[in-house]
Amino acid sequence: MIVSVSSGKGGTGKTLVAVNLALSLKNESLQFLDCDVEEPNAHLFLRPEINHIEAVYNLVPAIDENLCNRCGKCAQFCQYNAIFVTPQKILIFPELCHSCGGCALVCPQKAIAEEQYRIGSVKVGSVRNLELVYGELKVGKPLPVPVIKEVKKKIKKDRIVILDSPPGTSCPVIETVRGSDFCILVTEPTPFGLHDLKITVQILEKLAIPFGVIVNRADIGNEEVKEFCHQKSIPILLEIPYLRKIAELYSKAIPFIQEMPEWKEKFKALFEKVKGLSKG
Amino acid sequence: MKQLAVLSGKGGTGKTTIVASLAVLANQAIVVDCDVDAPDLHLLLEPTVIKTQDFQGSKVAVIDEAECLKCGLCLEKCRFDAIKENIEIDPFACDGCGVCAVVCPQKAIRLTERTAGQAFISKTKYGFMAHALLSPGQANSGKLVTLTRFFARILAEKEKSPLLIIDGPPGIGCPVIASVTGVDYGLIVTEPTMSGIHDLRRALDLLKHFSLPAFVCINKYDINEDNAQKIESFCRVNGLEFVGKIPFDPVVTEAMLEGKPVVEFAPESPVAREIKNMWERLRIHLGLRDRNAEDENHHPLQR
Repeated sequence: MIVSVSSGKGGTGKTLVAVNLALSLKNESLQFLDCDVEEPNAHLFLRPEINHIEAVYNLVPAIDENLCNRCGKCAQFCQYNAIFVTPQKILIFPELCHSCGGCALVCPQKAIAEEQYRIGSVKVGSVRNLELVYGELKVGKPLPVPVIKEVKKKIKKDRIVILDSPPGTSCPVIETVRGSDFCILVTEPTPFGLHDLKITVQILEKLAIPFGVIVNRADIGNEEVKEFCHQKSIPILLEIPYLRKIAELYSKAIPFIQEMPEWKEKFKALFEKVKGLSKG
Repeated sequence: MKQLAVLSGKGGTGKTTIVASLAVLANQAIVVDCDVDAPDLHLLLEPTVIKTQDFQGSKVAVIDEAECLKCGLCLEKCRFDAIKENIEIDPFACDGCGVCAVVCPQKAIRLTERTAGQAFISKTKYGFMAHALLSPGQANSGKLVTLTRFFARILAEKEKSPLLIIDGPPGIGCPVIASVTGVDYGLIVTEPTMSGIHDLRRALDLLKHFSLPAFVCINKYDINEDNAQKIESFCRVNGLEFVGKIPFDPVVTEAMLEGKPVVEFAPESPVAREIKNMWERLRIHLGLRDRNAEDENHHPLQR
Protein backbone atom coordinates (compact mmCIF):
# COMPACT_ATOMS: atom_id res chain seq x y z
CA MET A 1 0.00 0.00 0.00
CA ILE A 2 1.30 3.43 -0.97
CA VAL A 3 0.36 6.39 1.24
CA SER A 4 1.58 9.87 0.32
CA VAL A 5 1.71 12.80 2.72
CA SER A 6 1.31 16.12 0.98
CA SER A 7 0.21 19.75 1.40
CA GLY A 8 -0.14 22.87 -0.70
CA LYS A 9 1.43 25.24 1.78
CA GLY A 10 4.93 24.52 2.99
CA GLY A 11 5.82 23.99 6.62
CA THR A 12 2.45 22.58 7.68
CA GLY A 13 3.98 19.39 9.07
CA LYS A 14 4.24 16.84 6.26
CA THR A 15 7.54 15.43 7.46
CA LEU A 16 6.36 15.59 11.08
CA VAL A 17 3.33 13.43 10.25
CA ALA A 18 5.10 11.06 7.86
CA VAL A 19 7.98 10.35 10.26
CA ASN A 20 5.84 9.88 13.36
CA LEU A 21 3.38 7.69 11.46
CA ALA A 22 6.21 5.51 10.15
CA LEU A 23 7.80 5.12 13.57
CA SER A 24 4.46 4.21 15.16
CA LEU A 25 4.07 1.19 12.88
CA LYS A 26 6.72 -0.93 14.52
CA ASN A 27 5.36 -4.30 13.49
CA GLU A 28 5.16 -3.60 9.80
CA SER A 29 7.77 -3.85 7.10
CA LEU A 30 8.01 -0.26 5.96
CA GLN A 31 9.51 1.81 3.25
CA PHE A 32 9.83 5.57 3.62
CA LEU A 33 10.45 7.62 0.48
CA ASP A 34 11.33 11.28 0.89
CA CYS A 35 10.23 12.78 -2.43
CA ASP A 36 11.01 16.38 -1.43
CA VAL A 37 14.25 16.18 -3.38
CA GLU A 38 14.78 19.95 -3.28
CA GLU A 39 14.81 20.06 0.51
CA PRO A 40 14.77 16.51 1.93
CA ASN A 41 14.51 16.48 5.73
CA ALA A 42 13.15 13.09 6.81
CA HIS A 43 16.65 11.61 7.15
CA LEU A 44 17.41 14.20 9.84
CA PHE A 45 14.68 12.62 11.99
CA LEU A 46 15.12 8.97 11.03
CA ARG A 47 18.94 9.01 11.18
CA PRO A 48 19.41 5.94 9.00
CA GLU A 49 22.63 4.23 8.13
CA ILE A 50 23.11 4.99 4.42
CA ASN A 51 24.21 1.88 2.60
CA HIS A 52 23.71 2.79 -1.02
CA ILE A 53 24.11 5.98 -3.09
CA GLU A 54 23.51 6.31 -6.79
CA ALA A 55 23.73 9.22 -9.19
CA VAL A 56 20.70 10.45 -11.12
CA TYR A 57 21.30 11.55 -14.67
CA ASN A 58 19.28 13.28 -17.33
CA LEU A 59 20.01 12.48 -20.95
CA VAL A 60 21.03 15.62 -22.82
CA PRO A 61 22.07 16.13 -26.44
CA ALA A 62 25.68 15.73 -27.48
CA ILE A 63 26.26 17.06 -30.98
CA ASP A 64 28.85 15.73 -33.38
CA GLU A 65 30.10 19.02 -34.82
CA ASN A 66 31.52 17.25 -37.89
CA LEU A 67 28.16 15.82 -38.91
CA CYS A 68 26.06 18.84 -37.97
CA ASN A 69 25.23 21.21 -40.83
CA ARG A 70 23.59 23.86 -38.60
CA CYS A 71 20.15 23.32 -40.11
CA GLY A 72 18.57 24.27 -36.81
CA LYS A 73 15.81 21.63 -36.86
CA CYS A 74 16.72 20.49 -33.34
CA ALA A 75 16.42 24.01 -31.93
CA GLN A 76 13.13 24.49 -33.76
CA PHE A 77 11.78 21.26 -32.30
CA CYS A 78 12.94 21.78 -28.71
CA GLN A 79 10.06 23.06 -26.57
CA TYR A 80 12.38 23.91 -23.68
CA ASN A 81 14.79 26.27 -25.48
CA ALA A 82 17.67 24.02 -24.53
CA ILE A 83 19.35 24.24 -27.94
CA PHE A 84 20.42 27.39 -29.73
CA VAL A 85 21.91 27.20 -33.23
CA THR A 86 23.74 29.98 -35.05
CA PRO A 87 25.61 29.62 -38.35
CA GLN A 88 28.86 29.44 -36.38
CA LYS A 89 27.96 27.68 -33.20
CA ILE A 90 25.56 25.40 -31.36
CA LEU A 91 24.84 26.11 -27.75
CA ILE A 92 23.33 23.47 -25.47
CA PHE A 93 21.77 24.42 -22.14
CA PRO A 94 21.68 21.03 -20.39
CA GLU A 95 19.91 22.38 -17.30
CA LEU A 96 16.90 23.33 -19.45
CA CYS A 97 16.71 19.94 -21.23
CA HIS A 98 13.80 17.68 -20.28
CA SER A 99 15.39 14.59 -21.90
CA CYS A 100 12.56 13.92 -24.32
CA GLY A 101 15.01 12.70 -26.97
CA GLY A 102 13.24 14.63 -29.73
CA CYS A 103 16.28 16.52 -31.02
CA ALA A 104 18.08 13.27 -31.82
CA LEU A 105 14.95 11.99 -33.58
CA VAL A 106 14.51 15.02 -35.81
CA CYS A 107 18.17 15.56 -36.76
CA PRO A 108 18.42 14.73 -40.48
CA GLN A 109 22.20 14.31 -40.18
CA LYS A 110 22.03 11.88 -37.25
CA ALA A 111 24.49 14.20 -35.58
CA ILE A 112 22.91 14.07 -32.12
CA ALA A 113 23.62 11.43 -29.54
CA GLU A 114 22.56 11.61 -25.91
CA GLU A 115 24.90 11.79 -22.98
CA GLN A 116 24.41 11.63 -19.24
CA TYR A 117 24.20 14.83 -17.24
CA ARG A 118 24.16 14.57 -13.49
CA ILE A 119 21.28 16.30 -11.74
CA GLY A 120 21.16 14.64 -8.36
CA SER A 121 21.45 11.48 -6.35
CA VAL A 122 19.35 8.86 -4.60
CA LYS A 123 20.35 7.53 -1.18
CA VAL A 124 19.11 4.36 0.45
CA GLY A 125 19.48 3.59 4.12
CA SER A 126 17.84 1.62 6.84
CA VAL A 127 16.91 1.89 10.46
CA ARG A 128 15.25 -1.07 12.22
CA ASN A 129 12.14 -2.19 10.32
CA LEU A 130 12.27 0.73 7.96
CA GLU A 131 14.03 1.36 4.68
CA LEU A 132 14.55 5.02 3.83
CA VAL A 133 15.03 6.22 0.26
CA TYR A 134 15.58 9.88 -0.47
CA GLY A 135 16.61 11.98 -3.39
CA GLU A 136 18.74 15.09 -3.54
CA LEU A 137 18.51 17.52 -6.43
CA LYS A 138 21.90 19.04 -7.16
CA VAL A 139 21.90 22.73 -6.20
CA GLY A 140 21.42 24.91 -9.29
CA LYS A 141 19.61 22.24 -11.31
CA PRO A 142 15.99 23.21 -11.95
CA LEU A 143 14.32 19.85 -12.58
CA PRO A 144 13.31 17.80 -9.53
CA VAL A 145 10.90 15.46 -11.34
CA PRO A 146 13.48 13.03 -12.81
CA VAL A 147 15.00 12.65 -9.32
CA ILE A 148 11.56 11.97 -7.82
CA LYS A 149 10.98 9.33 -10.52
CA GLU A 150 14.24 7.59 -9.55
CA VAL A 151 13.24 7.62 -5.88
CA LYS A 152 9.87 6.11 -6.76
CA LYS A 153 11.49 3.36 -8.83
CA LYS A 154 12.67 1.95 -5.48
CA ILE A 155 9.11 1.28 -4.34
CA LYS A 156 8.61 -2.28 -3.10
CA LYS A 157 4.96 -2.99 -3.68
CA ASP A 158 4.63 -5.68 -1.02
CA ARG A 159 5.49 -3.20 1.71
CA ILE A 160 3.74 -0.31 3.33
CA VAL A 161 5.21 2.66 1.53
CA ILE A 162 5.03 6.18 2.96
CA LEU A 163 5.86 9.03 0.59
CA ASP A 164 6.83 12.42 2.00
CA SER A 165 5.88 14.95 -0.69
CA PRO A 166 7.32 18.38 -1.52
CA PRO A 167 5.04 21.38 -0.88
CA GLY A 168 3.11 23.15 -3.63
CA THR A 169 0.61 22.11 -6.27
CA SER A 170 2.85 21.80 -9.31
CA CYS A 171 4.62 19.00 -11.16
CA PRO A 172 6.84 17.69 -8.30
CA VAL A 173 3.73 17.14 -6.17
CA ILE A 174 1.85 15.42 -9.01
CA GLU A 175 4.83 13.15 -9.67
CA THR A 176 4.96 12.21 -5.99
CA VAL A 177 1.29 11.48 -5.36
CA ARG A 178 0.55 9.71 -8.67
CA GLY A 179 -0.11 6.04 -8.07
CA SER A 180 -0.82 6.47 -4.34
CA ASP A 181 -3.58 4.40 -2.77
CA PHE A 182 -4.26 7.24 -0.36
CA CYS A 183 -3.04 10.78 0.24
CA ILE A 184 -2.89 12.44 3.65
CA LEU A 185 -3.08 16.23 3.35
CA VAL A 186 -1.53 18.11 6.23
CA THR A 187 -2.78 21.64 6.72
CA GLU A 188 -3.03 24.32 9.38
CA PRO A 189 -6.26 26.12 10.28
CA THR A 190 -5.25 29.51 8.85
CA PRO A 191 -6.23 31.42 5.70
CA PHE A 192 -2.92 30.37 4.07
CA GLY A 193 -3.48 26.74 4.99
CA LEU A 194 -7.05 26.74 3.71
CA HIS A 195 -6.23 28.56 0.48
CA ASP A 196 -3.52 26.07 -0.48
CA LEU A 197 -5.54 23.07 0.74
CA LYS A 198 -8.34 23.97 -1.65
CA ILE A 199 -5.95 23.90 -4.62
CA THR A 200 -4.50 20.54 -3.58
CA VAL A 201 -7.97 19.04 -3.15
CA GLN A 202 -8.77 19.94 -6.77
CA ILE A 203 -5.68 18.03 -7.92
CA LEU A 204 -6.44 14.90 -5.93
CA GLU A 205 -10.02 14.91 -7.20
CA LYS A 206 -8.72 15.07 -10.78
CA LEU A 207 -6.23 12.29 -10.12
CA ALA A 208 -8.97 10.23 -8.41
CA ILE A 209 -6.81 9.53 -5.34
CA PRO A 210 -8.74 9.10 -2.07
CA PHE A 211 -7.60 11.53 0.59
CA GLY A 212 -8.18 12.88 4.05
CA VAL A 213 -6.94 15.83 6.08
CA ILE A 214 -4.78 16.20 9.18
CA VAL A 215 -5.11 19.57 10.88
CA ASN A 216 -1.80 20.45 12.49
CA ARG A 217 -1.54 23.18 15.15
CA ALA A 218 -5.29 22.64 15.24
CA ASP A 219 -5.96 25.31 17.86
CA ILE A 220 -4.09 28.30 16.42
CA GLY A 221 -6.44 29.71 13.80
CA ASN A 222 -10.10 29.51 12.97
CA GLU A 223 -12.72 26.88 12.09
CA GLU A 224 -12.75 27.44 8.34
CA VAL A 225 -10.58 24.47 7.40
CA LYS A 226 -12.89 22.16 9.33
CA GLU A 227 -15.97 23.78 7.83
CA PHE A 228 -14.51 23.33 4.35
CA CYS A 229 -13.82 19.65 5.07
CA HIS A 230 -17.34 19.04 6.42
CA GLN A 231 -18.89 20.79 3.46
CA LYS A 232 -16.87 18.70 0.98
CA SER A 233 -17.26 15.49 3.08
CA ILE A 234 -13.49 15.21 3.42
CA PRO A 235 -12.59 13.06 6.43
CA ILE A 236 -10.53 14.78 9.12
CA LEU A 237 -8.17 11.99 10.11
CA LEU A 238 -6.38 13.59 13.03
CA GLU A 239 -5.91 16.88 14.82
CA ILE A 240 -2.55 17.76 16.33
CA PRO A 241 -2.64 20.70 18.75
CA TYR A 242 0.01 23.40 18.87
CA LEU A 243 2.27 22.34 21.70
CA ARG A 244 5.52 24.04 22.48
CA LYS A 245 6.97 20.62 23.31
CA ILE A 246 6.21 19.30 19.80
CA ALA A 247 7.78 22.41 18.24
CA GLU A 248 10.88 22.09 20.40
CA LEU A 249 11.31 18.39 19.66
CA TYR A 250 10.84 19.12 15.98
CA SER A 251 13.54 21.79 16.16
CA LYS A 252 15.96 19.16 17.45
CA ALA A 253 14.85 16.67 14.77
CA ILE A 254 13.44 14.30 17.40
CA PRO A 255 10.24 12.48 16.35
CA PHE A 256 7.78 13.55 19.05
CA ILE A 257 6.29 10.06 19.60
CA GLN A 258 9.61 9.11 21.17
CA GLU A 259 9.04 11.56 24.03
CA MET A 260 5.24 11.52 23.92
CA PRO A 261 4.50 7.79 23.49
CA GLU A 262 0.75 8.30 24.02
CA TRP A 263 0.71 9.56 20.41
CA LYS A 264 1.78 6.17 19.02
CA GLU A 265 -1.74 4.82 19.45
CA LYS A 266 -3.17 7.85 17.69
CA PHE A 267 -0.89 7.33 14.71
CA LYS A 268 -1.75 3.62 14.63
CA ALA A 269 -5.44 4.51 14.65
CA LEU A 270 -4.75 7.01 11.89
CA PHE A 271 -3.18 4.25 9.84
CA GLU A 272 -6.20 1.99 10.35
CA LYS A 273 -8.46 4.80 9.13
CA VAL A 274 -6.24 5.29 6.08
CA LYS A 275 -6.38 1.56 5.30
CA GLY A 276 -10.16 1.64 5.48
CA LEU A 277 -10.45 4.62 3.17
CA SER A 278 -7.78 3.69 0.63
CA LYS A 279 -8.08 2.13 -2.79
CA GLY A 280 -5.86 -0.89 -2.17
CA MET B 1 16.09 49.69 -9.11
CA LYS B 2 17.11 46.99 -6.62
CA GLN B 3 15.51 43.54 -6.62
CA LEU B 4 15.35 41.57 -3.36
CA ALA B 5 14.19 37.94 -3.47
CA VAL B 6 12.91 36.41 -0.23
CA LEU B 7 13.60 32.67 -0.07
CA SER B 8 13.74 29.93 2.51
CA GLY B 9 14.43 26.50 1.08
CA LYS B 10 12.09 24.99 3.66
CA GLY B 11 8.43 25.89 3.34
CA GLY B 12 6.41 27.64 6.01
CA THR B 13 9.24 29.58 7.65
CA GLY B 14 7.45 32.91 7.26
CA LYS B 15 8.46 34.33 3.88
CA THR B 16 5.02 35.72 3.07
CA THR B 17 4.48 37.15 6.56
CA ILE B 18 7.78 39.01 6.25
CA VAL B 19 7.28 40.15 2.66
CA ALA B 20 3.85 41.60 3.49
CA SER B 21 5.38 43.62 6.32
CA LEU B 22 8.32 44.73 4.18
CA ALA B 23 5.79 45.91 1.59
CA VAL B 24 4.22 48.16 4.24
CA LEU B 25 7.56 49.45 5.51
CA ALA B 26 9.15 50.00 2.09
CA ASN B 27 6.08 52.06 1.13
CA GLN B 28 5.35 51.95 -2.60
CA ALA B 29 7.82 49.23 -3.52
CA ILE B 30 6.71 46.82 -6.23
CA VAL B 31 5.83 43.47 -4.68
CA VAL B 32 5.85 40.19 -6.61
CA ASP B 33 4.40 36.88 -5.41
CA CYS B 34 6.45 34.24 -7.22
CA ASP B 35 5.02 31.29 -5.26
CA VAL B 36 2.70 30.77 -8.20
CA ASP B 37 1.42 27.31 -7.27
CA ALA B 38 0.52 28.18 -3.67
CA PRO B 39 0.34 31.98 -3.59
CA ASP B 40 -0.76 33.52 -0.30
CA LEU B 41 0.54 37.10 -0.30
CA HIS B 42 -2.73 38.43 -1.74
CA LEU B 43 -4.47 37.24 1.43
CA LEU B 44 -2.52 39.88 3.38
CA LEU B 45 -2.23 42.73 0.87
CA GLU B 46 -5.78 42.69 -0.53
CA PRO B 47 -4.92 43.58 -4.10
CA THR B 48 -7.41 44.99 -6.61
CA VAL B 49 -6.66 43.36 -9.95
CA ILE B 50 -6.23 45.86 -12.77
CA LYS B 51 -4.90 43.58 -15.50
CA THR B 52 -5.13 39.82 -16.06
CA GLN B 53 -3.29 37.78 -18.62
CA ASP B 54 -3.74 34.10 -19.43
CA PHE B 55 -0.60 32.06 -19.16
CA GLN B 56 0.22 29.52 -21.84
CA GLY B 57 2.06 26.75 -20.09
CA SER B 58 3.62 23.71 -21.65
CA LYS B 59 1.80 22.39 -24.69
CA VAL B 60 -0.18 19.18 -24.63
CA ALA B 61 -0.47 16.45 -27.28
CA VAL B 62 -3.87 15.72 -28.80
CA ILE B 63 -4.61 12.59 -30.85
CA ASP B 64 -6.98 12.67 -33.79
CA GLU B 65 -8.93 9.45 -33.14
CA ALA B 66 -10.09 9.23 -36.75
CA GLU B 67 -6.51 9.10 -38.06
CA CYS B 68 -4.91 7.00 -35.31
CA LEU B 69 -4.14 3.37 -36.21
CA LYS B 70 -3.11 2.50 -32.63
CA CYS B 71 0.32 1.42 -33.89
CA GLY B 72 1.80 2.30 -30.52
CA LEU B 73 4.92 4.06 -31.77
CA CYS B 74 4.06 7.14 -29.71
CA LEU B 75 3.68 4.99 -26.62
CA GLU B 76 7.07 3.45 -27.25
CA LYS B 77 8.89 6.78 -27.75
CA CYS B 78 7.21 8.86 -25.03
CA ARG B 79 9.57 9.23 -22.09
CA PHE B 80 6.99 10.78 -19.78
CA ASP B 81 4.61 7.78 -19.58
CA ALA B 82 1.97 10.14 -20.92
CA ILE B 83 0.45 7.73 -23.41
CA LYS B 84 -1.72 5.02 -21.96
CA GLU B 85 -1.92 1.44 -23.31
CA ASN B 86 -5.14 2.29 -25.16
CA ILE B 87 -3.30 5.18 -26.92
CA GLU B 88 -4.85 8.00 -24.97
CA ILE B 89 -2.94 11.04 -23.67
CA ASP B 90 -2.64 11.55 -19.92
CA PRO B 91 -2.60 15.37 -19.81
CA PHE B 92 -1.12 15.39 -16.29
CA ALA B 93 1.89 13.40 -17.43
CA CYS B 94 2.30 15.03 -20.86
CA ASP B 95 5.29 17.38 -20.93
CA GLY B 96 4.41 18.85 -24.32
CA CYS B 97 7.73 17.80 -25.87
CA GLY B 98 6.27 16.84 -29.26
CA VAL B 99 8.09 13.53 -29.75
CA CYS B 100 4.82 11.64 -30.27
CA ALA B 101 3.78 14.06 -33.02
CA VAL B 102 7.11 13.58 -34.79
CA VAL B 103 7.09 9.77 -34.71
CA CYS B 104 3.40 9.27 -35.61
CA PRO B 105 3.35 7.80 -39.14
CA GLN B 106 -0.25 8.95 -39.56
CA LYS B 107 0.43 12.54 -38.48
CA ALA B 108 -2.50 12.03 -36.16
CA ILE B 109 -0.97 13.87 -33.18
CA ARG B 110 -0.48 17.59 -32.78
CA LEU B 111 0.59 19.84 -29.95
CA THR B 112 -1.93 22.34 -28.68
CA GLU B 113 -1.57 25.31 -26.39
CA ARG B 114 -3.03 25.01 -22.93
CA THR B 115 -3.90 27.79 -20.57
CA ALA B 116 -2.11 26.85 -17.38
CA GLY B 117 -2.83 29.82 -15.20
CA GLN B 118 -3.08 33.58 -15.04
CA ALA B 119 -0.79 36.47 -14.19
CA PHE B 120 -2.11 39.65 -12.60
CA ILE B 121 -1.12 43.25 -12.11
CA SER B 122 -2.83 44.69 -9.07
CA LYS B 123 -2.92 47.72 -6.86
CA THR B 124 -2.70 47.52 -3.10
CA LYS B 125 -2.68 50.34 -0.61
CA TYR B 126 1.06 49.78 -0.19
CA GLY B 127 1.92 49.97 -3.90
CA PHE B 128 1.61 47.88 -7.01
CA MET B 129 1.79 44.11 -6.98
CA ALA B 130 2.37 41.44 -9.62
CA HIS B 131 1.12 37.95 -8.85
CA ALA B 132 -0.16 34.81 -10.53
CA LEU B 133 -2.05 31.60 -10.10
CA LEU B 134 -0.96 28.37 -11.72
CA SER B 135 -3.87 26.07 -12.55
CA PRO B 136 -3.87 23.14 -10.13
CA GLY B 137 -1.35 20.49 -11.12
CA GLN B 138 0.12 22.29 -14.10
CA ALA B 139 3.79 22.21 -14.93
CA ASN B 140 6.00 25.09 -15.93
CA SER B 141 5.70 27.18 -12.82
CA GLY B 142 9.13 28.63 -13.65
CA LYS B 143 7.82 30.09 -16.88
CA LEU B 144 4.88 31.67 -15.04
CA VAL B 145 7.30 33.15 -12.49
CA THR B 146 9.23 34.70 -15.38
CA LEU B 147 6.02 36.18 -16.85
CA THR B 148 5.00 37.58 -13.45
CA ARG B 149 8.42 39.13 -12.93
CA PHE B 150 8.22 40.65 -16.41
CA PHE B 151 4.98 42.39 -15.33
CA ALA B 152 6.69 43.56 -12.18
CA ARG B 153 9.61 45.05 -14.06
CA ILE B 154 7.29 47.02 -16.33
CA LEU B 155 5.50 48.32 -13.23
CA ALA B 156 8.75 49.23 -11.54
CA GLU B 157 9.98 51.16 -14.56
CA LYS B 158 6.70 53.00 -14.95
CA GLU B 159 6.52 53.87 -11.27
CA LYS B 160 10.26 54.60 -11.08
CA SER B 161 10.25 52.39 -8.01
CA PRO B 162 13.61 51.97 -6.31
CA LEU B 163 12.76 48.52 -4.89
CA LEU B 164 11.15 45.32 -6.08
CA ILE B 165 10.46 42.65 -3.43
CA ILE B 166 9.96 39.05 -4.51
CA ASP B 167 8.11 36.52 -2.34
CA GLY B 168 9.75 33.33 -3.51
CA PRO B 169 8.50 29.74 -3.52
CA PRO B 170 9.97 27.11 -1.20
CA GLY B 171 12.58 24.66 -2.48
CA ILE B 172 15.51 25.23 -4.82
CA GLY B 173 14.06 23.99 -8.13
CA CYS B 174 12.80 25.66 -11.29
CA PRO B 175 10.38 28.28 -9.89
CA VAL B 176 13.00 29.30 -7.30
CA ILE B 177 15.71 29.61 -9.93
CA ALA B 178 13.28 31.67 -12.07
CA SER B 179 12.64 33.86 -9.00
CA VAL B 180 16.30 34.66 -8.32
CA THR B 181 17.64 35.03 -11.87
CA GLY B 182 18.78 38.62 -12.26
CA VAL B 183 17.97 39.80 -8.72
CA ASP B 184 20.45 41.86 -6.69
CA TYR B 185 20.06 40.22 -3.27
CA GLY B 186 18.52 37.20 -1.61
CA LEU B 187 17.00 37.30 1.87
CA ILE B 188 16.67 33.86 3.39
CA VAL B 189 14.07 33.38 6.10
CA THR B 190 14.99 30.38 8.20
CA GLU B 191 13.83 28.84 11.48
CA PRO B 192 15.96 27.42 14.30
CA THR B 193 15.17 23.79 13.53
CA MET B 194 17.44 21.09 12.15
CA SER B 195 15.29 21.07 8.99
CA GLY B 196 15.50 24.85 8.73
CA ILE B 197 19.30 24.78 9.06
CA HIS B 198 19.65 21.95 6.52
CA ASP B 199 17.50 23.81 4.02
CA LEU B 200 19.14 27.17 4.74
CA ARG B 201 22.44 25.71 3.61
CA ARG B 202 21.00 24.50 0.34
CA ALA B 203 19.28 27.85 -0.27
CA LEU B 204 22.59 29.63 0.43
CA ASP B 205 24.36 27.28 -1.98
CA LEU B 206 21.79 28.22 -4.60
CA LEU B 207 22.43 31.95 -4.11
CA LYS B 208 26.17 31.28 -4.25
CA HIS B 209 25.70 29.29 -7.46
CA PHE B 210 24.20 32.43 -9.01
CA SER B 211 26.79 34.71 -7.29
CA LEU B 212 24.13 36.57 -5.32
CA PRO B 213 24.76 38.25 -1.98
CA ALA B 214 22.65 36.79 0.84
CA PHE B 215 20.97 38.23 3.90
CA VAL B 216 19.72 35.85 6.57
CA CYS B 217 17.03 36.22 9.21
CA ILE B 218 15.63 33.74 11.72
CA ASN B 219 11.92 33.53 12.32
CA LYS B 220 10.55 32.07 15.60
CA TYR B 221 14.11 32.19 16.91
CA ASP B 222 13.04 31.46 20.50
CA ILE B 223 11.68 28.00 19.62
CA ASN B 224 15.28 26.83 19.98
CA GLU B 225 17.76 29.50 21.05
CA ASP B 226 20.75 27.15 20.79
CA ASN B 227 20.04 26.52 17.15
CA ALA B 228 19.41 30.24 16.59
CA GLN B 229 22.84 30.94 18.08
CA LYS B 230 24.40 28.39 15.76
CA ILE B 231 22.80 29.99 12.72
CA GLU B 232 24.04 33.43 13.78
CA SER B 233 27.60 32.26 14.24
CA PHE B 234 27.42 30.27 11.02
CA CYS B 235 26.53 33.54 9.27
CA ARG B 236 29.34 35.40 10.98
CA VAL B 237 31.95 32.76 10.07
CA ASN B 238 30.79 32.66 6.47
CA GLY B 239 30.60 36.42 6.01
CA LEU B 240 26.83 36.45 5.56
CA GLU B 241 24.82 39.52 6.54
CA PHE B 242 22.61 38.56 9.49
CA VAL B 243 19.73 41.03 9.54
CA GLY B 244 17.35 39.97 12.26
CA LYS B 245 15.74 37.46 14.56
CA ILE B 246 12.02 37.47 15.05
CA PRO B 247 10.35 35.87 18.06
CA PHE B 248 7.50 33.37 17.95
CA ASP B 249 4.23 35.15 18.65
CA PRO B 250 0.60 34.11 18.08
CA VAL B 251 -0.04 37.69 16.94
CA VAL B 252 1.33 36.65 13.53
CA THR B 253 -1.55 34.17 13.14
CA GLU B 254 -4.03 36.75 14.45
CA ALA B 255 -2.85 39.22 11.81
CA MET B 256 -3.21 36.53 9.16
CA LEU B 257 -6.77 35.81 10.28
CA GLU B 258 -7.52 39.51 9.90
CA GLY B 259 -5.84 39.52 6.48
CA LYS B 260 -3.35 42.19 7.52
CA PRO B 261 0.45 42.52 7.51
CA VAL B 262 1.61 42.08 11.11
CA VAL B 263 3.43 45.46 11.26
CA GLU B 264 0.12 47.11 10.50
CA PHE B 265 -2.07 44.84 12.65
CA ALA B 266 0.09 45.04 15.78
CA PRO B 267 2.69 47.77 15.18
CA GLU B 268 3.91 47.76 18.79
CA SER B 269 4.29 43.97 19.11
CA PRO B 270 7.81 42.59 19.55
CA VAL B 271 7.44 40.82 16.18
CA ALA B 272 6.59 44.06 14.40
CA ARG B 273 9.42 45.90 16.14
CA GLU B 274 11.93 43.26 15.06
CA ILE B 275 10.70 43.33 11.46
CA LYS B 276 11.04 47.13 11.48
CA ASN B 277 14.61 46.85 12.78
CA MET B 278 15.35 44.31 10.10
CA TRP B 279 13.91 46.57 7.42
CA GLU B 280 16.11 49.45 8.62
CA ARG B 281 19.20 47.22 8.26
CA LEU B 282 18.10 46.04 4.82
CA ARG B 283 17.24 49.57 3.71
CA ILE B 284 20.70 50.81 4.60
CA HIS B 285 22.39 47.81 2.94
CA LEU B 286 20.37 48.40 -0.19
CA GLY B 287 21.16 52.12 -0.14
CA LEU B 288 17.51 53.19 -0.16
CA ARG B 289 16.08 56.38 1.23
CA ASP B 290 13.52 56.28 4.01
CA ARG B 291 10.32 56.90 2.09
CA ASN B 292 8.14 56.99 5.18
CA ALA B 293 10.12 59.89 6.64
CA GLU B 294 9.87 61.73 3.31
CA ASP B 295 6.13 61.20 3.20
CA GLU B 296 5.66 62.92 6.51
CA ASN B 297 7.40 66.01 5.16
CA HIS B 298 5.70 66.01 1.79
CA HIS B 299 2.37 64.58 0.78
CA PRO B 300 1.62 61.02 1.80
CA LEU B 301 1.31 58.58 -1.07
CA GLN B 302 -0.80 56.19 0.95
CA ARG B 303 -4.50 56.40 0.45
